[in-house]
Amino acid sequence: MLDRRTLIQAAIATAALGPRLAFAKADTDKRLLVVLLRGAADGLSWIPPYGDPSYAGLRGQLAIGAPGSTDGAHKIDGMFGLHPAFDWLAQRFAAGDALAVHAVASPYRERSHFDGQDALENGTATALGKRDGWLNRAIAPLGGALGNETAIAIGTTTPLLLRGNTRVANWAPSRLPGVDNDTLARLARLYESDEFLHARLAQAMESQAIAEDAGNMDGKRRRGNAQQQFRQTLGQAAKFLTAENGPRIAVVDSGGWDTHANQGAATGGLANRFRGLDAALAEFHKGMGDAWRDTAVLVMTEFGRTVRVNGTRGTDHGTAGAAVLVGGGVRGGRVIADWPGLAAGALYQDRDLYPSTDLRSLCKATLIEHLKIDAAHVDRRVFPDTTPIPVLEGLFA
Amino acid sequence: MTLEHAIAANRFGLGARPGDLDRMGDPQDWLRGQIARAGKPDPVLRDLGDSPSVINEIFELRRQRNEMRKAGKDMVNEYAKTVRKHYAAQVLARYQHAANTDAPFRERLVHFFTNHFAVSADKQPMPAIAGLFEQEAIRPNVTGKFADLLIAVEQHPAMLTYLDNQRSIGPGSRAGKAAARRAPERNIGLNENLAREILELHTLGVDGGYTQADVTTFATVITGWSVAADNDVRRNGADAVGTFFFRSRAHEPGTQKILGKRYPDSGVNQGVAVLRDLAVHPATARHLATKMARHFVSDVPPKALVARLEAVWLDTGGDLGAVANALVNHDACWAEEKQKYKSPHEFVVSSFRALDYAPAKAQLLFAMLEQLGQAPYRPGSPAGWPDTADDWGSADALYKRIEWAGAVGDQAGTRAKPLPLARAVLGPGLSASTAKALAGAESGGQGVALLLASPDFLRR
Repeated sequence: MLDRRTLIQAAIATAALGPRLAFAKADTDKRLLVVLLRGAADGLSWIPPYGDPSYAGLRGQLAIGAPGSTDGAHKIDGMFGLHPAFDWLAQRFAAGDALAVHAVASPYRERSHFDGQDALENGTATALGKRDGWLNRAIAPLGGALGNETAIAIGTTTPLLLRGNTRVANWAPSRLPGVDNDTLARLARLYESDEFLHARLAQAMESQAIAEDAGNMDGKRRRGNAQQQFRQTLGQAAKFLTAENGPRIAVVDSGGWDTHANQGAATGGLANRFRGLDAALAEFHKGMGDAWRDTAVLVMTEFGRTVRVNGTRGTDHGTAGAAVLVGGGVRGGRVIADWPGLAAGALYQDRDLYPSTDLRSLCKATLIEHLKIDAAHVDRRVFPDTTPIPVLEGLFA
Repeated sequence: MTLEHAIAANRFGLGARPGDLDRMGDPQDWLRGQIARAGKPDPVLRDLGDSPSVINEIFELRRQRNEMRKAGKDMVNEYAKTVRKHYAAQVLARYQHAANTDAPFRERLVHFFTNHFAVSADKQPMPAIAGLFEQEAIRPNVTGKFADLLIAVEQHPAMLTYLDNQRSIGPGSRAGKAAARRAPERNIGLNENLAREILELHTLGVDGGYTQADVTTFATVITGWSVAADNDVRRNGADAVGTFFFRSRAHEPGTQKILGKRYPDSGVNQGVAVLRDLAVHPATARHLATKMARHFVSDVPPKALVARLEAVWLDTGGDLGAVANALVNHDACWAEEKQKYKSPHEFVVSSFRALDYAPAKAQLLFAMLEQLGQAPYRPGSPAGWPDTADDWGSADALYKRIEWAGAVGDQAGTRAKPLPLARAVLGPGLSASTAKALAGAESGGQGVALLLASPDFLRR
């Protein structure tokens, strides 16, 4: 009996899309996973600056304790720790392949989630600075022909970060019954004069084929709560990134980081989110196997949160926060920060952590030093700012 | 039957049912009639209860649950069960009404404004009241003054809770001063979440010319806007648990200046006065005109249409009925080309209507909407669901619609007559290529699948 992939290929052929191109090998063995934390994850809880003399006082009941205290942070160095919910990530810090960048922010300086996320993803200082995503612009030289997409968005929609002229794939697990191949072939024919639908159907069939090939999956979602599903999503990302001719770059979204009320400290709402993120990253690590040594994971969020606790035991929209980079080739075990401090007068607008590092310095380093994308292309096309953004150097072995 | 009949039903309305296009009469009169009259109340919306009683019920169950937990007792979680029950009932009623209503243009306006003023069921206790928020704050106000809609929304317990205003306390208020004396380290006080989203999302828009200082000041103006708890009824003179309650003890005293205008302290009316001004501000008119033009016509809203809606907004002091009539009267809304790719919600509702089907089980409805990417009342953020093909038109999302269309076709079985059905719901909007595909389908079921997944039906 024919397997489903063959059937799908037959359906595409029936639809007179012409003979399929053989998969060209991707231009790189390097892998990148980007995790977007939407809602402004609190950097001061994630990577607590327990050594800053003002931290415990300003953060009050939300402060994470120093390493060694009850429910204290995992120790990274004398100034910074890692939230105690991150068991797996703490091991990676200890093993030297995880690092955090602190007091980091995109160039966006207002406090709207939605504009902040658009700016984070389009790579400029404003929501409308660019209509496409910086990662899409970055991968233009790596190619993205139909069926040979370099990048994939795992989720029902493609985030702005990956939208643009370069074709990218998109896939999410389905709980719907499958559709028969004859119907697919008829639709492919019906879509022939409709460029928008035609391209998308062909792309969907390709992603479906990869999902079904990898690990004998049927492309269907298992049940579970949001955190379990997020873990499955990252397991799925690993399957795509390790598929022989699969994509090399994946982007996943994680929502629910907007902790205006009852944020908690070592335990509580935010701690549960962190634990779920940690478990999902661990699942991804496991799934990558030997390819981990060629992999980098970039975890980032649109902005930080207020240094002081608000009136409802939470924090409000702020400016600088933290980002994490982890992977087999990362020179980690440290926190990189031009630390502005939390003392009186050091805060941005007397409320937020001062942004001393441009988040794009980290993004640039990942593109140039990990994915080996031409620096001139990055400067000209990806982040074409008038003032050059420095590259954080020495992050990768 | 003309193309205008099909446009009225599918672009302005929620999708034609078989027979709708024949019964419609003059398409523009049909639309204007829906603006003028609210129509008979639908019994499926009547038995959902009201938010104060639902809030009262679930707060009591939550209190019991917490007590049992403290006592270490394991029990059936009545709280979660009851929240789910209300959520299911409200979602089912919403989609049954959408499938059956004879005033689908008016209903599209209801859905549009519910999304504009989004609360999201991923935060408790929204699942139990999001549907009631739509019935109580949105539905009665979609063709009245925008100011009245705005005030109803910002004083509704769902919005006050969703954006954390119910516990925001003015630092200089009696409650604020008392808290500072009692527990200075706890920094009890202001929460600016609701104030920010009113300015950014509900009225002026992100480029509407306000500053961080306006946000913070506006937050102090609406301190005290809260939801009555048990204690407020027993001691503070509130009417009933779960109703809007102005807690004067938490209200920041004094005159405040917002967008350059001074608002003397008049208690709850200080915030109402700000909302009334915001409702007719030129930036609000532009923001809403753009959003409506985008929703009804094109991802790239025609400039002339936006300008017209904006002018009508300003001329009529934000009269939403007049704005809706301006939509009906504008040529750009009647362009032949279908420029809007349906959202999953629109796709599902129009499929129900095309098949003359009203969903009967909430669980199935949830599963399908979630799989297609738009879980009911759960946009995930106060910005609501996005509204362009860039957002909804991904490859994977298309594939899921096809899978779903296939399943619906299987259900419709071999008795379905796809080509007459397509003519009835798309009228002259049915293309030759889709007609040909339907005529050649191997079964009625496959034909229905092809119709729902056709370019003609995926767009409006």
